Formats: sequence, C-alpha cells, structure tokens
Amino acid sequence: MAQVSLEGIRKVYPNGFQAVQTTSFTIQDGEFVVLVGPSGCGKSTLLRMIAGLEEITEGELKIGDRVVNDVDPADRDIAMVFQNYALYPHMTVRKNIGYGLKNRGTPASEIAAKVEDAARMLNLTEYLDRKPAQLSGGQRQRVAMGRAVVRDPALFLFDEPLSNLDAKLRNQMRIEIKALQRRLGTTAVYVTHDQVEAMTMADRIIVLNAGRIEQIGTPSEIYHNPASTFVASFMGAPPMNLIRAEVDQKQVKINGYDALMVASEAFSGPITMGIRPEDVELDAQGQVKFHVDILEELGAHRLLHGRIDDQPFSVMIGKEDTAHTGETRIKLKPEALRLFDKDTGLRL
Amino acid sequence: MAETTLETPVETHRPRRIKWGAIGDHTVLILGALLMMIPPLLALTTASHDAVTIHREGLQLTLGDNLGKNFHAAMFEKGGFTQTVDGTLMLMNSFILGIGFAMGKIIISMMAAYAIVYFRLRFATLAFWVIFTTLLLPLEVRILPSYEAIQKLGLTNTYTGLIVPLIASATGTFFFRQFFMSVPEELAEAARIDGAGPWKFFVDILVPLSRTMIAAIFIIMFVFGWNQYLWPTLITTDESFFTLVRGIKQIVLSYTDSQIPEHGQALALAIVAMIPPVAIVVFFQNWFVKGLTESDK
Ligand SMILES: Nc1ncnc2c1ncn2[C@@H]1O[C@H](COP(=O)(O)OP(=O)(O)OP(=O)(O)O)[C@@H](O)[C@H]1O
Ligand SMILES: [Mg+2]
Repeated sequence: MAQVSLEGIRKVYPNGFQAVQTTSFTIQDGEFVVLVGPSGCGKSTLLRMIAGLEEITEGELKIGDRVVNDVDPADRDIAMVFQNYALYPHMTVRKNIGYGLKNRGTPASEIAAKVEDAARMLNLTEYLDRKPAQLSGGQRQRVAMGRAVVRDPALFLFDEPLSNLDAKLRNQMRIEIKALQRRLGTTAVYVTHDQVEAMTMADRIIVLNAGRIEQIGTPSEIYHNPASTFVASFMGAPPMNLIRAEVDQKQVKINGYDALMVASEAFSGPITMGIRPEDVELDAQGQVKFHVDILEELGAHRLLHGRIDDQPFSVMIGKEDTAHTGETRIKLKPEALRLFDKDTGLRL
Repeated sequence: MAETTLETPVETHRPRRIKWGAIGDHTVLILGALLMMIPPLLALTTASHDAVTIHREGLQLTLGDNLGKNFHAAMFEKGGFTQTVDGTLMLMNSFILGIGFAMGKIIISMMAAYAIVYFRLRFATLAFWVIFTTLLLPLEVRILPSYEAIQKLGLTNTYTGLIVPLIASATGTFFFRQFFMSVPEELAEAARIDGAGPWKFFVDILVPLSRTMIAAIFIIMFVFGWNQYLWPTLITTDESFFTLVRGIKQIVLSYTDSQIPEHGQALALAIVAMIPPVAIVVFFQNWFVKGLTESDK
C-alpha cells in the first residue's frame, strides 16, 4: 500500500509525439483513482509510465517514498491487469496466478497456499487446473485479477480491464473489482473510456483530454461542477446540455427569453451555459420554449431530445410524467446552471 | 411455417445427387498418388531379387525371394573401400545429420528471432535484412568459400563440419520472427511485471508457445538435412561419416573386384533411406499443419 505521486511528468514518444503534457498529481494511499478520457488522450501512456513499461521523458514518479523512474517494473511492487488479460496461454490457471511468486523465489508450499486463497476470493477454485482457452471471458478476467492480487502489491494498475466483456458481466465485475480493492485497501489506478465505470468506481476521477488533465475531482464534483465544457459533455449519459447564452447586466439569458439567473459581475457578453437534463422540468408556465423531436423510453425515466430554437437540448423526466413530441415549455433550475467561457470552454 | 416444415424433409430425403466434381477430384488424386507410389514400389519389388537377375533383366515387377537377404546384407554387411561401413552406420550418420541440423537450426534461429523482435537493438532491422538476404545464398551458391573455411578450420570429416555450414540460412529465423511478432506484446509486459527476465520469458513463455512451430520447423529441417547430398559428398571423404543418401552409391554400388554391383542391396538401402522422412511427416502431420497455420496465443 502506497501513495503515488507524479511531479511534472511528461511523455514524448520517440517519434516526437507528446502523448502526455506536464502533469502533477498525488494518489493517496488506498485510493481508487480512475483515469478517464476519449480514445488517444494518453490514459494508457500515463498508466504505462507508472507501471514502468514506458519510459518517463521528464518528471519524477514516486511510489511510496521511493523515486521509481529507473526501477524495473518487476521491482516497483505493482500489479497490472491488461485489457486482453495477457494470460499465459500454455499455463494452467494455477500456474498463471503463481508465476509472479515463483519468479520471486517464493517457496512452493507458500505459492500453493496463496494461489488457493486468491482463487477462493475470486471464485476460481474449480478452474485452477484449466487453461485460459477453456475459460469464459469473465473467468479469464478473474484470473487476471488473481494474478494481480496474489502478490499483494502496493499498487494495482488496470488498463480497461472490462472492455472485452458484455454489458451485464461488466456491471458485475465492476462491483467485484471495487469491493476487492476496498477489502484489500490497495491503491489502484484504473484506466477506462467508459464514464459510467469512472463514476461508479472512483474515489477520485482524473479527466484527460489530448494529453492534458482537464479536471481532478470526486465523481460528484466532476458531475455537478465540471471544470470545462469538455468535462461537462464527456461525463454523464446523456451529457450536460450546452447552449449559447448571454450575460447582460448580471442577468443570464438565452436570447429572446427572460433572465434565468443572476450572475456575478465579473463578466458579461456571450457565454456557454450548461445544465444537466435532469435539472430541467416540463412546466407550462416555464420561461423557455422547447421543441421535442424524440421521446426515448428508458424504463426508470424518459429522455426528451429536441431543440431550444436551433440548439439541441435534452430533458430527463420521471416515468410518471406525461410527455409528447412537439412544442412545450420548460423550467431550468437556476441553481443547476453552469456558465462556461464561450471560447476556452473553461468554467466561469 | 407449416409449409416449410413440410418441405424440409423432402429436401433432406432426396436421394443424394452424385457429385461428379468430387469424383473427378478423387480420380485425379488417386491417379497422382499411384503414380508417386510406383517408383518406391518398383524399388521394393526389385530389391527382392538377386543381383544377377537385376543386372541382366532390369527392374522387376514381381516379388522375388531375396528381400530379407538383401535388406540384411545392406544393413549389416560391411562394405565400401575400407570394408568397415554398413547400412546401420550410414543410417546413424543420416540421423545425426538430420537431427543435428534441425535442432541447431531451431536453436540458432529462435535466438536470433528473439533478439530481433524483443530487444530494441540499434540495428535490429538491418540485422534482420542481412540475415534475410542469406535466403538468396543457399549453401550450393557459397559452396566453395564454405568448403575453404571448413577445410581451413580442419573440420572436414567431422560432424561439426557436416552440420554447421548448413545451419547458416535464414528460413528458420524468418518463420520465428513472424511468429514472435504475432505474440501479443502484453504477454511480454505481463511477464516483465511478473518478474520474468529475458531468459525466463524465453524459456517459460516463448518456447512453450512456439512448440507447434518448433515441431513444424523440425520436420521441414529434418527432411531437408536428411536429403543433403552435395555438401556431405564434399566434406566427408572418410567413409565412416557417410550418410545413407550419399553412401548408397559409394558403398554398395562400388565396382570392386569387377563384381556385379549389388543393385538389390542398393535399392533396399534406398527404401531404408526413405522411411524416416516419410514416417516423421506421417506421424507429425497434425503438428505440422498446426504449426504453420494456427497457434494458441
Ligand atoms: N509507441 C508510440 N509512439 C508514438 N505515439 C504513440 C505511441 N503509443 C501511443 N502513441 C500515441 O499517444 C497517444 C496516446 O496513446 P494512449 O495509448 O495513451 O491512448 P489511450 O488514451 O490509452 O487511448 P485508448 O482509449 O484508445 O486506449 C495517441 O495519440 C497515440 O497515437
Ligand atoms: Mg489505452
């Protein structure tokens, strides 16, 4: 168990491509941190630098009290779970899980006991003598987990470990991984591009965009107070509505409508305004006209997709509420409105 | 729905149409196989006659009664110039050449491919292409310099001199390189994190993963080494190093004492020389096909 700190870490690939811009952050002991962002944003690169599989171009990486920039992956006291599991195909589950211990010269009897323990913890006991090819995707995933937990490392690293599973299994494994990490109290860094995974598993989320950190925060902070329009539109399904608005004499307005809220005096002029679909209500007396194009039934709630004037907009309503396509009126909760700079997309 | 269920049985119970295409294919294959079988069969029938008959009447289509005698003489009767070499010794030499060549080739080429694929060597690509161009230079092309080198090293009439120069070619390296490149990179990374150094990764993971590939290449190389004629002819003058393929003519068909040459024995030896390559291919063909077509990565 350890704290991980990155100070001024940067990665430039040999071909000159800068995959990670200078970043600094600290992961607390026992914390579950999720790195999330769109494809190609540098999540894996960052994770692989922590693992020692990719060289750090610049900066200092500490695991515990030790600077590990030049420490071999085997000696960093980490374990990694790969997207394709990377199980050794010719070894039984038992050998797969025990291989790391064997290489470290652990006595055979101790390996056997630890492998049994790990297998019990992951419900793999009856599969111990099978080869990976004879397992289902979920079971293989568990073996990969077993290989990580059996060594009792200071740090778990996960690179999209669930993206090869079907949706149902993914939900189940998500909970299992999180519970396991809780129980063991091991620090974990988890890479995903799935914002649901990020929201549900993380103690803290780091949102990456094009090699840069957009925001670090708890899932709730990220969801309710996105630092930029990028975060606002990346996190949450459906994403936060972002529409053009204006601040005029401290009044926030969508053009042609009454003021929606009072802004601070620090700025005026055109802005981008954000609001989550669930913070909007259908209301015949509402300030804003909303044209519903599509009604999406999701069981627990319904989504109305449509337009405010020419700008796309979504509203989430409860399953009891009635709705129909066409013209209607909505009320935006003033306390849920978020204002962003029109050009930089940063929170005002 | 009802209609389709009525129709289906009709479809399946219809008398099987004769597939003329399939019959044609099989006819061609059977004829081809028979054609290929004729020479060894002739060799077998002819080998069952005594030398005089064969010398006078040529190839025989019927079975004579000298089969056992000829085989026995070919395998165990000392012959050749020195009168110390028999078929068993030549058979052994052939095995030494075939197995030694195949194993040496596999070991060398696996290690070369491992270095090229897994280590960020400065000149890895260049090294690969240099190795690769040796495909254009089989032993027959560089036979004079090779002979010169072996002779200067004093390795004529040794197994080393017989085997090592044959190993120097790129085929194995090429196959293993392609195979290693298809092994997922994460496997090496997982092993690294699991504390396996380069040597352990090679022995514990790469070699077991390559086993079908190794088997396939072993078969190809064994047959290739077994059938070598030119190089052994050049490099071994001492009859005790003669292999079957080159020895048949030298040992059994030598016209000593103006005797009739032992055609029967020579054909018997030829059959003996054919059996191991055929056997190895027949018994290991599953591995062979697997190794070249699929892999359990
Ligand atoms: N070896 C490399 N050499 C050069 N550029 C690379 C290399 N590996 C990755 N990149 C580039 O670095 C960027 C970040 O890659 P990375 O694999 O970290 O993305 P990612 O966030 O994990 O994406 P994904 O969700 O698709 O896995 C990408 O634009 C990629 O093209
Ligand atoms: Mg990735």
